[in-house]
Amino acid sequence: MSALNIKKGSTSHSAYDLRDSRAEAIESHTLAVVVANESGVLARVIGLFSGRGYNIDSLTVAEIDHEGHRSRITIVTRGTPHVIEQIKAQLGRLVPVHAVHDLTVEGPAVQRELALIKVAGKGEARIEALRLCEIFRANVVDSTLESFIFEMTGTPEKIDAFADLMRPLGLVEIARTGVAALSRGV
Amino acid sequence: MTKANAGAMTGARMIVKALKDHGVDVVFGYPGGAVLPIYDEIFLQNDIRHILVRHEQGAVHMAEGYARSTGKPGVVLVTSGPGATNAVTGLTDALLDSIPLVVLAGQVPTFMIGTDGFQEADTVGITRPCTKMNWLVRDTSDLAETIHTAFHVATSGRPGPVLIDIPKDVQFATADYVAKEKMRPSHYQPKVKGDIEAITRLVELIEKAERPVFYTGGGIINSGPAASQLLRELVGATGFPVTSTLMGLGAYPASGKHWLGMLGMHGLYEANLAMHGCDLMINIGARFDDRITGRIADFSPRSVKAHVDIDPSSINKVIRVDLPIVGDVGHVLEDLLRIWKSRGRKVNQEGLAKWWRQIAEWRAVNCLDYRPSEKAIKPQYALQRLEALTGGMDRYITTEVGQHQMWAAQFLGFEAPNRWMTSGGLGTMGYGLPASIGVQIAHPEALVINVAGEASWLMNMQEMGTAMQFRAPVKQFILNNERLGMVRQWQELLHGERYSHSWSESLPDFVKLAEAFGCKGIRCADPKDLDDAIMEMIRYDGPVIFDCLVEKHENCFPMIPSGKPHNEMLLGEAETQGVIKAGGAVLV
Repeated sequence: MSALNIKKGSTSHSAYDLRDSRAEAIESHTLAVVVANESGVLARVIGLFSGRGYNIDSLTVAEIDHEGHRSRITIVTRGTPHVIEQIKAQLGRLVPVHAVHDLTVEGPAVQRELALIKVAGKGEARIEALRLCEIFRANVVDSTLESFIFEMTGTPEKIDAFADLMRPLGLVEIARTGVAALSRGV
Repeated sequence: MTKANAGAMTGARMIVKALKDHGVDVVFGYPGGAVLPIYDEIFLQNDIRHILVRHEQGAVHMAEGYARSTGKPGVVLVTSGPGATNAVTGLTDALLDSIPLVVLAGQVPTFMIGTDGFQEADTVGITRPCTKMNWLVRDTSDLAETIHTAFHVATSGRPGPVLIDIPKDVQFATADYVAKEKMRPSHYQPKVKGDIEAITRLVELIEKAERPVFYTGGGIINSGPAASQLLRELVGATGFPVTSTLMGLGAYPASGKHWLGMLGMHGLYEANLAMHGCDLMINIGARFDDRITGRIADFSPRSVKAHVDIDPSSINKVIRVDLPIVGDVGHVLEDLLRIWKSRGRKVNQEGLAKWWRQIAEWRAVNCLDYRPSEKAIKPQYALQRLEALTGGMDRYITTEVGQHQMWAAQFLGFEAPNRWMTSGGLGTMGYGLPASIGVQIAHPEALVINVAGEASWLMNMQEMGTAMQFRAPVKQFILNNERLGMVRQWQELLHGERYSHSWSESLPDFVKLAEAFGCKGIRCADPKDLDDAIMEMIRYDGPVIFDCLVEKHENCFPMIPSGKPHNEMLLGEAETQGVIKAGGAVLV
């Protein structure tokens, strides 16, 4: 019998790895999951992702209908089209899940994220930070003589771009909400 | 409580009343501090029978045996902390095999939750991934509705286990009982009717197929006896061959002339080659498990695949299918039959005749053949004799997990659904003995046999005490090879015959063990004595531990080695040298 030919550092010995790796592109999808607002629902959704090895790039959750006990979870996830279909089917069969919408395929959608960005600096760097804040239509929500906190809303890409610009100017820390999204029109 | 829905009652009384309202007649359980109020209520009534187990894992497997043999949900009652954690293996087993269970667990009082109290565990946290749904009830006024919802969820759609965690103060407090008829309908209403357009498309495929095969699974058993009946009608009318997974045995009778036998890793040659060579695969209530498919890339390469399943996530999970139909298999089969009949009951007779000639060639290989022995009892022979002597009886079979389980599936024939209880998805050693007790409690007059291996059987052998206490005359038919046979087989084929820890050196004397429990022990080592010994087991009025000493190094064939396609299956010892490549050894 020959020795097992497992690559060093390989962690996955799943049978599914042996299938033909039809080179399918990894796609990013934004899913809106409407759930009953019961305790443990978020844990069940997150447990599904970790238990089955799916990715979560961003996740937001809040109650959207107090009377009807509904919450909306917005998840940005990545995977091949086959994995994305599985994720939607697995979410859909959870008992407390009322509806699953794939905003990436169900027509155009608006995506927004809110970020708070703290930048410390003096002199020219401080002025440059403020100038860029105006260009990006961010707001100053706190200021000391040596720091700002900017608030900005936009697509994740826009926030990434702003954060990248702030880094050489004295970025201290950043807090992001994750994506909230709605499909356009009615 | 004579007047329904009127007045307040304690949470504990509410639980017992709700169970009665759902037609529960048996609860499998074990008392403890956090469920004492419920046990008080059980003491005060006679409608619900409580079966005191010896370990909570046993309680869950008993409930599974009860559920699978009756089609009704099994009910379990355990205490907090270790009571609940001991139930976890059973819950996972029931989740993977889609068995409806309602498990009630006690919990420390609400004001103590989170304080690391005595026998406190985060039961809903621990059981979340191994239940279809679970709930922690913090208020007695929510309790009745939660129990009603629990029964609905456990039995609707793809069935599964649910758990309700009930703190002790919630059991003591009083509230109004909400009758199940008074509840708002649950939003959880899985789709049961299949899409008619898709079903019509399947009928068109059925009319043209030259080499069709029905690939059936546990979904047919779960759908109920009507689904089995419809399957039999459809198979009989079309004349298509039918194979089944381990979970679906009995849906189509083993004596039926279109029966190919079980498929999969240890399935029959003709079944697997039919799957590999078919041009139309009709999957009804099965889920393309890895024990079935072998190497995915080479799975049934030339077939159009239709898949009927109530769970949308089963579709395209492992194998991409051409025609998915989401719905209850009973409903879909009914529509399928109706549409096929209305279009003139057409099949491709010419192609079909050729296909059956091909199948006859595969059958002639006689893949279950083994080398008989006059000195030692071959395990296959033991099961053939068991089949010959009990096949005509009102018989229920449970199994443990391993070689004996596969031999039982190969050599025992099942004529009806709900007669075969085995741990398919999770492969839980220790399942069969408690499951057999659960079956026997549900069917007191029937012959219930647990086909076991000695190693699996020891894992929950304490439940013999339960069998004795509740006079469940279960027959424990142990094929004793003093080895962990399936582990040993894999070590022989895949790990250079290095038999690392796959034998048992100090096994108990099973006959004396039987005497210690107060039941009957029988030992048989000679093939000539086997028939008499089996008859003695059957005739004995009470539990029996049958120690059947079998050939120690028999391997289970046929076998599709891991990582191999169906058409590369091994038929016997001679073919096994060096056939399993490194890639296959990685798989389980």
